[in-house]
Amino acid sequence: MPDTAVPTSTSTPPSRDRRADRPVTERRSPLAVLASWDAVVVLALVAVVLVASGLVGGFASGRNVGFLLLDVVAIGLIALPMTLVIITGEIDLSVASTLGLTSAVMGQLWVSGLPLELVVPLCVLLGALLGAVNGLFITRFGLPSLAVTIGTLALYRGLAFVVLGDQAVADFPVSWTDRAISSIPGTSIPQAVVPVVVLALVFGVLLHATPIGRGLYAMGNNDQAATFAGISVGRTKFWLFVSTGAVSALAGVFWTLRYASARADNGTGLELAVVAAVLLGGVSIFGGRGALIGVLAGVLLLGTLRNALQLADVPADTLTIVTGGLLILSVVAPNVVQSVRTAARRRRSARPPAPSP
Amino acid sequence: MPAPRTSYLRVGATSSVLAAALLVTAACGGTTRNESSGGSSAPSGSASAAANPNAPIKEGLNIAFLPKQVNNPYFTVADNGGKTAVDEVKGKYKEVGPSEASASSQVSYINTLSQQQTDVIVTSANDPNAICGALNQARKAGAKVVTYDSDTNPTCRDLFINQATPAGIAEVQVKLISEAVGGKGKIAILSATPNATNQNAWIALMKKELAKPEYSGLQLVTTAYGNDDDQKSFTETQGLLRSYPDLKGIISPTTVGVAAAARYLSGSQYKGKVALTGLGTPNQMRSYVKDGTVKAFALWNPADLGYLAAYAGAALASGQITGATGEKFKAGKLGERSIEADGVVLLGPPTEFTAENIDTFNF
Repeated sequence: MPDTAVPTSTSTPPSRDRRADRPVTERRSPLAVLASWDAVVVLALVAVVLVASGLVGGFASGRNVGFLLLDVVAIGLIALPMTLVIITGEIDLSVASTLGLTSAVMGQLWVSGLPLELVVPLCVLLGALLGAVNGLFITRFGLPSLAVTIGTLALYRGLAFVVLGDQAVADFPVSWTDRAISSIPGTSIPQAVVPVVVLALVFGVLLHATPIGRGLYAMGNNDQAATFAGISVGRTKFWLFVSTGAVSALAGVFWTLRYASARADNGTGLELAVVAAVLLGGVSIFGGRGALIGVLAGVLLLGTLRNALQLADVPADTLTIVTGGLLILSVVAPNVVQSVRTAARRRRSARPPAPSP
Repeated sequence: MPAPRTSYLRVGATSSVLAAALLVTAACGGTTRNESSGGSSAPSGSASAAANPNAPIKEGLNIAFLPKQVNNPYFTVADNGGKTAVDEVKGKYKEVGPSEASASSQVSYINTLSQQQTDVIVTSANDPNAICGALNQARKAGAKVVTYDSDTNPTCRDLFINQATPAGIAEVQVKLISEAVGGKGKIAILSATPNATNQNAWIALMKKELAKPEYSGLQLVTTAYGNDDDQKSFTETQGLLRSYPDLKGIISPTTVGVAAAARYLSGSQYKGKVALTGLGTPNQMRSYVKDGTVKAFALWNPADLGYLAAYAGAALASGQITGATGEKFKAGKLGERSIEADGVVLLGPPTEFTAENIDTFNF
């Protein structure tokens, strides 16, 4: 009969099979969790904060923490949906241009006399729409997200200049602009941090504790397999891009109020800082891997480094070099660690077992 | 899978609810432009003790220069002039700044300087309003703010050192281009960044100057923006000549722009046919004046500008002046200076550079 001809390997000793079959997690010590990239970034952040508090004068003060947090709010906001997008294997480089266009529209609407309470939700809606355009091109027409979002990066920035021209709108009411930079009473933490924390919780729960989140990892690892497993890849990616657009618009509103100036060139180049922070946080650019806690730590790490180095009078170009170096490290290191681990595991399972008595 | 009709119903329902919510917020009124006071809040008059003109300049003052961008030759010269002055008053000098001339990048440097307990911040603004909030916070924390080269909104600085009156600069630019093209023809302006306060002030006055009857033969066709970036200014000049092949002259009131435009013209078929003038430093423009690409251009001594700004800041921080109109202070080798209306201190009239006198300058 045909199936009895199927060869079974009876020659391999049982001990070797068991060692190869045993799940890896059983053998890892508790310290192994520290080897995950997220933990490395969090530890690095703690280390930088401690070193800076000791060495850099003026760093360890409430006022400075306030400045630091204000500087990272915009990047932190946009990094949240960007993490989800990169985990699915896509990327959205148009976020800074969405921020700029929203800022320009906000200024234009304000000049035309609309109340701010209406202008802000309208701008967030606009951002969602801009994100939907991205999503449409990527999911319906199947174009690569890198190409589409580079195109919309230029398109939206150009539209921002069409809307507002070379002017800046700067006469926003003091009550609103003060609220954008004021601190929570009793502390020196800016109020603007609250929406970031809330959104971080929302996106964190979505990514790590819901089936949708698991689906994102599946999509990032293998699009086709995810589709066959029943995940609606197209629809999920579409809504991800809508959320990137909406959150970028929210960041644009904050940016405009914080600098009290609506300009068409607000936020130019911010998309690179966001992507750098996300990649530093351990999210793989190829998709399928990463955690939100690492991204938050990455955002704070970059912000803290910038703040500390600036306080230590390090010139602007060196700051760029440090950021670039960190980014390369964050992309190369996990791959190196992974290949070292794989090689070690292969060596372990290839070792001949002890002879049985 | 839900039937298409149901999902359309759901979409329709959510969008109409959203629209209704928005209309309600609009109807209930809110903060509109007409009713709000707008603008940035001025700090509550920095403890205006009366000025004491005989107060000595404090030693060890931290004076920091924050130009539009670092690695810009014009600002390097100006800030070195400031360094000379700071050394003379025995203070501590520092130059910080972003590498690209953008409005919001100056804010984090202002916050850093304020955190470092700087006594005087001397800055040239990329945008008159974007840095106001940060400057006012710094002033509340005890710093004095002096602007030079490009002003901010007057409510967020203590003094503005103006290199020359904007009208004087505009007049000299228009006069030079008119002489260079022979009084007739199309001209264009190659500016820096679209929002720079000083650029926009000069361009507006140049347009007013061009409306005068003696310049009726000149026609301003467009204004291009090189963003104070050498490469962009170069390609913008190319673009200008391609869009307007019968262009006779270019005014570039920015040292980066005029150097880039001169570099393009001297290597192209337009050398000698298209006139160029603007605000440039003698060292950058020397070869182009000598080979005939540029007949004459103007500037002031930026080192003097930085020098005067540093002395003004030191006088403010030492209590010699408070920034009110009519007060006087001594500015080292530049002698006694007085404060005009709106907290402005003038450096002097612009200098014209030609092939005859350019070798006598080294900056």
